[in-house]
Amino acid sequence: MIRHLASGFLAVFFAASASANPAPDCRLSRYQDGAPLNIAGFKGKVTYVDFWASWCGPCLQSFPFMAETYKEFKPKGFELIAVNLDEEREGADAFLAKQHADFTIASDPAGDCPRQYDVQAMPSSFLIDRKGNIRHVHLGFREKDKAEIRAQIEALLSEP
Amino acid sequence: MTKRVIVLCCHLALLPGCVQTVAPWERGALAKPQMALVPDVQHSALMLHTYASKETSSAGYGVGGGGCGCN
Repeated sequence: MIRHLASGFLAVFFAASASANPAPDCRLSRYQDGAPLNIAGFKGKVTYVDFWASWCGPCLQSFPFMAETYKEFKPKGFELIAVNLDEEREGADAFLAKQHADFTIASDPAGDCPRQYDVQAMPSSFLIDRKGNIRHVHLGFREKDKAEIRAQIEALLSEP
Repeated sequence: MTKRVIVLCCHLALLPGCVQTVAPWERGALAKPQMALVPDVQHSALMLHTYASKETSSAGYGVGGGGCGCN
């Protein structure tokens, strides 16, 4: 009987750990110099991965918000990676020239990362907890999402 | 005959290239202003509005004096 119970608990435990959604570890390169960048390298921090392109209007709206959020939460162990998906780099260069972005800008013109993350909209953002699991996904960017995203980041930061 | 079949097969082999879907991040070229269906959204809205108001009353599109203008 006890053995059955134990195996039942074990099954539940493994089911729960299997339902955790590990963030795909895809290879990116840093936008500025092309140095290799690994999303798994940010484990231990709450990471916000945003996929954007210069031709996408809501992406432009999200940039000031991301800069502000990064500045606020960085000391608490928050990391933000904005992955550029432009096929032509000129557009992204012009876009970034007008933005004040302190956070990490990465690029993936081949589109391997968005394929692995199954990006369905532009922009799409993924909130990854300290253990490396995707906890929240946001499709698109609206003004009203701001408070929700901040609350989610705060909640994830308070987790061990 | 065999030649024709071969040519047909070659053409058919190229067809799968047509069914690729465009991923959300691959729409950069489609987002360019020159790719828009109408060059000027506001102008076309105005034209359509006028067209509807004229067509659904008496005179046709582009003809002055027709319709009550109340649409």
